[in-house]
Amino acid sequence: MKKTPLNQIHRDMNARMVPFGDWDMPLHYGSQLDEHQKVRSDAGMFDVSHMLAVDIRGEGARNFLLNLVANNVTKLVQPGKALYTCMLNEQGGIIDDLIIYFLTESWFRMVVNAGTADKDVAWIRTKRDELMPGLEIIPQFNLAMIAVQGPNARAKLWQVIIGSQAATENLKLFQSTVFDKYFIARTGYTGEDGFEIILPADNAEDFWNKLHAVGVTPAGLGARDTLRLEAGMNLYGQDMDETTNPFESGLTWTIDLKDPRDFIGKKALLEMPIRQQLFGLLLEDRGMLRNHQEVFTRYNENGDKNQITSGGFSPTLNRSIALARLPSKITIGDEVQVLVRDKKLRASVSKYPFVRNGKSLI
Amino acid sequence: MHIPSHLKYTKSHEWIRLEIDGTVTIGISQHAQELLGDMVFVEYPKIGRKLKQGEECAVVESVKAAADVYAPMTGEVTEVNSELESEPEKINQDPYAAWLFKLKPADLNELNELLDAAAYQRIIESEIH
Repeated sequence: MKKTPLNQIHRDMNARMVPFGDWDMPLHYGSQLDEHQKVRSDAGMFDVSHMLAVDIRGEGARNFLLNLVANNVTKLVQPGKALYTCMLNEQGGIIDDLIIYFLTESWFRMVVNAGTADKDVAWIRTKRDELMPGLEIIPQFNLAMIAVQGPNARAKLWQVIIGSQAATENLKLFQSTVFDKYFIARTGYTGEDGFEIILPADNAEDFWNKLHAVGVTPAGLGARDTLRLEAGMNLYGQDMDETTNPFESGLTWTIDLKDPRDFIGKKALLEMPIRQQLFGLLLEDRGMLRNHQEVFTRYNENGDKNQITSGGFSPTLNRSIALARLPSKITIGDEVQVLVRDKKLRASVSKYPFVRNGKSLI
Repeated sequence: MHIPSHLKYTKSHEWIRLEIDGTVTIGISQHAQELLGDMVFVEYPKIGRKLKQGEECAVVESVKAAADVYAPMTGEVTEVNSELESEPEKINQDPYAAWLFKLKPADLNELNELLDAAAYQRIIESEIH
């Protein structure tokens, strides 16, 4: 099992540790629900050091990324600006979803998922060899990443990193800056305000302890999953993978086919029939929606599999919610049936996100 | 690990308490609730349903996962703890008070086949190590 620089701290804090891919990670530190509520109402912190920062360095880095990823890095104008994007294969399937930070014209940083990191780096290097052999692709294995999220997250961080307020209080969403040894981005995976901080692995324990001392609640993968589901954010490997494309994964907003720029997967996307889309579901009967449950709609056709990609309990709404891949024709408010064990339960089709900044949007 | 000695247990982590009227009360153990984490949903068997020993008859779901509950004895369901419908977290708070359902056993001798606290303790230890 791989361990993050905070592994011992999680154990000292009595976390329930679970295997997450190759990584030994905290599921919760006692109560996943409490951790969820703390992030919605105050501030929580997540060890996300299992994710990998991959630096792209050298002349022509931007041109390389224009081709490598589906979203358009032309949007990255101001240094520190971040962009969410898919990296596609030639068939338009999603190799990974990631964030790219623009640091300088010869230095972009990608942060990729843990489970796909090896595959991503191999793919990027292959494409580098084909397209721009002079570029350096540098996985940064000696960094830690900590997400501090919640309405009070920024203020708590300012208490811990003395002098950082002036440097970061004007950051907008998806902007970042470097302060001292910290790379600080106003991004996250919870639907709350906050920062994601990248720092040297050797400083991680001290930083975590200081955040804890000012009242930031440690939160595990469990709360991270319920928070991101409420926030309507995709999880790679569940809501999309190499067999699905951005259009049927709720990620059309990250693709601009009108732009003349070519990128890997574009040709396939242009030719692809799109019959399904991600929708939200709200369970109307008693029960619990879970991943892979089958959904029955008025439009079952073409043999497409209609199923829940991420389902569970929403602590904020106090009911079960899900993301499901359903026929594109379906409309918000439609009633569908979900096969839960041996019963068909009623659910209604909903827009998502379900929750933003502590408030229900339903 | 809290394993009250006056209760009986199963390998599938139910606890069983014999009541003075000859019915048995069934819940899930401290160990089971710890493994599952925060409870968010309970599905009960119907009152009057006749269960066979070992039959799936209820479901407890946590934020993380669903777990089947098995009938520890053959018998008829006489009562369910509907309080848990709105407050499933009571299973986490006190699993030995937050019972799920009661059975009128067909044969009380089946009680003798169930695990006592010491035997259940050994099962948990063998799972952990």
